[in-house]
Amino acid sequence: MSQVAVEVPPKGGFSFDLCRRNGMLSKKGVPPPSYRKTGTTIVGLIFQDGVILGADTRATEGPIVCDKNCEKIHYMAPNIYCCGAGTAADTEAVTDMVSSQLQLHRYHTGRESRVVTALTLLKSHLFKYQGHVQAALVLGGVDANGPHLHTIYPHGSTDTLPFATMGSGSLAAMSVFESKYCEGLTKEEGIKLVCEAICSGIFNDLGSGSNVDVCVITKGQKEYLRNHQLPNPRTYVSSKGFSFPKKTEILLTRITPLKEMVEVIEGRDTMEE
Amino acid sequence: MTKQQANWSPYDNNGGSCVAIAGADYCVIAADTRMSSGYNILTREYSKICKLADKAVMASSGFQADVNALQKHLAARHLTYQHQHNKQMSCPAMAQLLSNTLYYKRFFPYYAFNVLGGLDSEGKGCVFTYDAVGSYERVGYSSQGSGSTLIMPFLDNQLKSPSPLLFPALDAVTPLSESEAVDLVKTVFASATERDIYTGDKLEIVVLNAGGIHREYMELRKD
Repeated sequence: MSQVAVEVPPKGGFSFDLCRRNGMLSKKGVPPPSYRKTGTTIVGLIFQDGVILGADTRATEGPIVCDKNCEKIHYMAPNIYCCGAGTAADTEAVTDMVSSQLQLHRYHTGRESRVVTALTLLKSHLFKYQGHVQAALVLGGVDANGPHLHTIYPHGSTDTLPFATMGSGSLAAMSVFESKYCEGLTKEEGIKLVCEAICSGIFNDLGSGSNVDVCVITKGQKEYLRNHQLPNPRTYVSSKGFSFPKKTEILLTRITPLKEMVEVIEGRDTMEE
Repeated sequence: MTKQQANWSPYDNNGGSCVAIAGADYCVIAADTRMSSGYNILTREYSKICKLADKAVMASSGFQADVNALQKHLAARHLTYQHQHNKQMSCPAMAQLLSNTLYYKRFFPYYAFNVLGGLDSEGKGCVFTYDAVGSYERVGYSSQGSGSTLIMPFLDNQLKSPSPLLFPALDAVTPLSESEAVDLVKTVFASATERDIYTGDKLEIVVLNAGGIHREYMELRKD
């Protein structure tokens, strides 16, 4: 009598089968799928009556520009907006999810959302995923406690700042803020400074480019200035234009009628033999 | 004892795109002037085009330190050639020299992607295109560098080249006039700059013809 090893089904816990499979696949030269990770310049600052957010509009996939005019300033609540850098899918999904939670919270309480609520929801989600949800955010809004500006890192840590930058162009943009920011800026001065910071990202960081988006949030109102500046028009258009008339050459045409090939034989039962 | 591995990388990629088009009696060689590393622009005005002889001009992208060493080496070889033969090297001769120079470093290559353009002994336009270790071919037009994947299909569509396997061999030169070729090069770079982050700032165009050498510039996007 030989003993048969019985496979016991696992009781709960994690299964790491796919980790082994993925490790084997990448060792054999099958790379994991890539995702659209955007180089970005996003900024925010607090001015005398609220918050101004800014972003460039380039989305890249490695060295290729895959969207020349994308939106990086996301809606969170009527009084709160959020700029996203990192993996495009993650910034979009995480801001959509939190904005839905905020909407439900408003239905429940009947009050305006607070920026710290959005902040806590975002950071607890990001911390839970230990940095694998690759979203670097600049969160800004005006609520019952006045204007607020925060940065959120992919691992879930947060900062509360009077001016903030994020993304691959953050150093270029921060150099502008560090040299020119002061307290109590007017709206016009604030927009001008935000545009200058974004432009320094656009021109000096290869991951950032195209146009400037701005969002101004003040007590009780907001202004979303999509494509506020367009500093990169097309440089050359041929006077003649181009034609693409060359078709694939047809060498041979043959039509095979399939219908006549089918042969139906009635009144014979070959299965019995 | 822990295993150590070589953690030293002698190469960088400074990006940039190069294009060359040969016509019946001219040759257009063009490249952008941006030099970058990673997400940084190192300079917006670095010429990738080098005049190797009176009728041979090379445009190179890749690692500019290697390109610089390659240009210096070719200049020295060309000088000895002039002393020995008392004449300028022809473009096809320079093409073979470039191939030999690249293959000489087969196992520690120059990280340079070159196109060589010029006029042959009959005054006809010629373009030679290379890989980093010296494989080369005479063609009617070519593109190398970071934007080549965007540029080459467009050139193929507009300037269909005959198969190199045909017998008797067909002429590789394009049917365009000189001004049409320059116009095409400008369009191609404006388009590549839209979608390739390593191409931009300025376009340098060198035109070789019976009248000599002529250089012009066009602005590109700077983002």
